[in-house]
Amino acid sequence: MQTMIDSTIPAAANGVAMGAPQETARKVAIICSKGSLDMAYPGLILANAARMMGIDAVLFFTFWGMDIIREATVDKLHAGVVGNPGTHMPAMIAGLPGMEGLATRMMKKKIEEIDVPTVRELIETLSDSGAEIYACQMAMEMMDIKREELLPQVQDVITAMDFFEKSAGAQVIFI
Amino acid sequence: MTTAMLAGHEITLNDDGFMTDPQQWTPEIAEEMAQRAGIALTDRHWTVIEFVRRDAAEKGTAPGLRRITAETGVPTKELYQLFPKGPGILAAKISGWPKPKSCV
Repeated sequence: MQTMIDSTIPAAANGVAMGAPQETARKVAIICSKGSLDMAYPGLILANAARMMGIDAVLFFTFWGMDIIREATVDKLHAGVVGNPGTHMPAMIAGLPGMEGLATRMMKKKIEEIDVPTVRELIETLSDSGAEIYACQMAMEMMDIKREELLPQVQDVITAMDFFEKSAGAQVIFI
Repeated sequence: MTTAMLAGHEITLNDDGFMTDPQQWTPEIAEEMAQRAGIALTDRHWTVIEFVRRDAAEKGTAPGLRRITAETGVPTKELYQLFPKGPGILAAKISGWPKPKSCV
């Protein structure tokens, strides 16, 4: 199909102009409730991909996900092996001493090899990209976590109801 | 896929509006594409575009943002200021390449 782009802008050329494939502002809200290494990455990578294509991103960390945004734990996340069928290991082998450490080391090595950023770097990148990062107030209270223990990239400590306000109109993803 | 006239050149675009043949790209096309995205290209944009062109030609695919930041020294925050509607796809689009395969 041959089209001219002068005073009239045809649909295809209009596509050239847009950041995201849709003209309406898109938004994703991702709830990160797990703190293992293998469950930390999916939410962070999805949020980052959203920002890369101009989609607004809100991240809400709760329960075990709090480990991802705590200074004391962010660099020490472990790969979950027990009860994880994805390891293709018999449960009694996965539960042996040292298996979790081994799986964590293997995963971190692979992450480095394929040039994927660390969890800490991803949080920094997300913050720089304009993603909103929030911690769950109830989880903070339950786990006795103080505001000053959280990474500086955490914008605020909010309630579940606050989360629903901030995620109005967003696609919600629970991890 | 569709054909369009941009900055006096005939170019081929895929359904998402990315150029399918990087050889058809000219700096004037970049200027016009940027303008349509509401961006007036500055030297900083050109630092990014020139790197994307060079790197993509070498690797066969447009670089992700982490690679752009590491190789050009343009920080993440600035990339989002330069391409507010999504640097991950706009840097590639304006450089005449399809969207990057990288997630970071």
